[in-house]
Amino acid sequence: MGDQRIASAGGQPPAEVALRLDGVTKRFPGVVALRDVSFDVRRGEVHILFGENGAGKSTLVNLIAGTYEPSEGSIELDGAQLRLTTPNEARQHGINAVFQEFSLVPTLSVAANIFLGREQLRGRQLDNKGMERQAHDILQDLGFEVDPRARVDRLSRSEQQMVEIAKALQGEPKILILDEPTASLTEREADVLFALVDRLKGEGVGIVYITHRMQEIHRIGDRITVLRDGTYIATVQAADADEDSLVGLMTGREVTSLYPQIRTSPGEELLALDGVTLARSPIAGVSINVRAGEVVGVAGLVGSGKGDLAEACFGMRSLKAGELRVRGRAVSKASPKTMLDHGVYYLPADRRVEGLVLPRSLRENISLASLTEPIFQRRGVMSRTRENAVVRRVVDQLQIRPPTLDRPIRNYSGGNQQKAMFARGMLRDPAVVVLNEPTTGVDVGARGDVYALIQEMCERGAGVLVVSSDLPEILNLCHRAYVVHRGVVRAELAGDGLTEDAVLANFFDD
Amino acid sequence: MPDHSRTAAAAAATLADAEAERGMARRALQMLVTIGVLPILLVTMIVVFGLIEPRFLAQDNILNILRQSTFLGIVAIGQMLVLITAGFDLSIGAIVALTSVVAATVMSSVLGDDGSGSALTAIVLGVGAGLLAGIVAGAVNGFGVAVLGVSPFIVTLGTSSIITGAALLETGGAPITGLPTDFVKVLGTDKLLGVPVVVYITAVIVLVMYAVLNRSRFGRYLYAIGGNEIASRLSGIRVGRNLMVVYILSGTFAAIAGLLLTARVGAGEPNLGASFALQSITAAVLGGVSLRGGEGKLGGVVFGALFIAMLSNGMNLIRVSSYWQSIALGALLVLAVVVDRARQRVRHTV
Repeated sequence: MGDQRIASAGGQPPAEVALRLDGVTKRFPGVVALRDVSFDVRRGEVHILFGENGAGKSTLVNLIAGTYEPSEGSIELDGAQLRLTTPNEARQHGINAVFQEFSLVPTLSVAANIFLGREQLRGRQLDNKGMERQAHDILQDLGFEVDPRARVDRLSRSEQQMVEIAKALQGEPKILILDEPTASLTEREADVLFALVDRLKGEGVGIVYITHRMQEIHRIGDRITVLRDGTYIATVQAADADEDSLVGLMTGREVTSLYPQIRTSPGEELLALDGVTLARSPIAGVSINVRAGEVVGVAGLVGSGKGDLAEACFGMRSLKAGELRVRGRAVSKASPKTMLDHGVYYLPADRRVEGLVLPRSLRENISLASLTEPIFQRRGVMSRTRENAVVRRVVDQLQIRPPTLDRPIRNYSGGNQQKAMFARGMLRDPAVVVLNEPTTGVDVGARGDVYALIQEMCERGAGVLVVSSDLPEILNLCHRAYVVHRGVVRAELAGDGLTEDAVLANFFDD
Repeated sequence: MPDHSRTAAAAAATLADAEAERGMARRALQMLVTIGVLPILLVTMIVVFGLIEPRFLAQDNILNILRQSTFLGIVAIGQMLVLITAGFDLSIGAIVALTSVVAATVMSSVLGDDGSGSALTAIVLGVGAGLLAGIVAGAVNGFGVAVLGVSPFIVTLGTSSIITGAALLETGGAPITGLPTDFVKVLGTDKLLGVPVVVYITAVIVLVMYAVLNRSRFGRYLYAIGGNEIASRLSGIRVGRNLMVVYILSGTFAAIAGLLLTARVGAGEPNLGASFALQSITAAVLGGVSLRGGEGKLGGVVFGALFIAMLSNGMNLIRVSSYWQSIALGALLVLAVVVDRARQRVRHTV
């Protein structure tokens, strides 16, 4: 089976295989996370892992990185059998990983982090100056502009990402694992990363790359392996792959179009920021509004302040100047509670940090924001029966899987968690929904479902504000969009004027 | 040939055995994850103490254990509420002592040196003053945590020291005697249908708190706040107000336990309840309450308190010195936390 795959994967002479997994199975108590998967990475190749959340990508890379041991099957590096029991062992064999959860010590400097565990001495003391100098050279060489003396917790997420990558590249890796590395990078920073990936390919490093983004797959990918439900589905050449066929392989169903055509009939103004300046934010003198029955986008680079704007709409930020209006009336002393009472619902950008109560059940997470509503009560007392019935209905409607109400939310996939966040809002039947990065960490299959929900809310007359770093989302979903640049609205684009070129033209400095 | 097949069959059987063994190990692990170590510890302890010292299982002693477990049980319920919100209350023991001193001072001064005052007035005022002391102490904790935003650990460590100092200052370290006899008799020694009155009081508290935790919005919000404070705030929950109430409740429960203990020992004692902070946390964690907040069931905490009361009682019966008892309790707390962590790990991978 393995041979046949390699033969079918391309006409050119097969490059040398650096890493090979053969018939690997990983069981956890009660579940099989990975079932009989074979996979290989050649030297100088970018091998993309593609699949829905929960398909087994993370388990697979964790096996390679030594976090877990396989229950069955073997791992070979350069033809020699490997038995990895710890990430440290994997590193010693030249297998380095950059995960989404960083392995940096926030209170130490960049240089100290890069040399963590391999500190250099001068005499019997730490050679801090020397390590800073080398760290500077390393970062410079990679094209990353980060001060080696800065404390890691003072850096932005994208800078931390660069430090993490720089750290992983120490000790000349043979295999490099990158788990959605561009998730927190700006377009320009991503370009630096892609250039680096090209260089590493040239040096013969085999790269395992997890991403959901089609542009990246075409930009740097060589082969793509698709996983679904812990099983191997197919390996295809990146050059031959188009989005629809990949999504079809990933979900096992035909996907006609990801983005729905949303009908719009704009009504009264529901939510508006008027001349708003925020404390501790670049946002200054910004005016935006959302009317009933339309989807309005907010685009901008990381650091433009577009996320702060979304938070301001939900009363999470104090206004230094300007006002927040709901249905034409100024809201003084806005807080999440008052905004909820005004019919606004907010979907936070980081659902694990700001949205989900991870140890609690699906049911409790969905009902959390509406327990004071009459639907959950019987004679003024919270009713478990009502709660079960109401939550069951919305879980079925949104097809949250598995529909087990008492399962802890942390055991759900990213897509289903995001649906639960939508379900929480829908129970309040909000007039306005503010969506801050609605599809981060959501696989393509569930993304379609999220878009369908946005469509439904809009067509039922709600105003939808979508703040997103995903440009296609802004272009294909929104009727109107604001482009934010360095804290100010640079452009408002609508209808036919809302094009990729028009948005990009306002993204960067002139 | 027959030999060959027999070997194959044997090999197959060994393989099946290994498979079955692994299945059993997995089931055992799964059971540990769901029920925790407490039932196992509880049964082991009853058997061991029962074998060494038959009096351990005598009816009198069982009633004794029940009575002893009520004091710890009540404060542990308060501690549990705080732990669910991802906090700590280290001042519980100090509040018990404060309540005891305040209530006894008020009662004995109303009653007068010659005992001529009204016993009823003394009891009502004393109990009221004791409860008020607990409520105020809890409110101070709540203010520090919810309004000033100081870590619960530091706030309650500080108030604990302040309150203990105040209680000792007030009494000069000596017990306050001269309590109304009815107070001591009814709450301290009386039995109803052969069961101490305190057991009924505790049962009522347990039932009410069960309803609060599982059937009320307030209870639900406590779990949510402990599980994710930001998410709770964004869901419109008034986090500060709920935290305030939690610390006041914890102080109130400590005050109730302080009153009951005062009746039991028959005097206002500034040294009462010194070990309650440690013991209540141990009882809660043994009962499956997570120190990271957001998780914990009332039933587990009740059994945790019962377990610790039994352990102390059993060790007393077989004459284990109090020094060794202290070592054992400390070790138990650490063990409980280690097991809790292991359970979390396994649950995360499932």
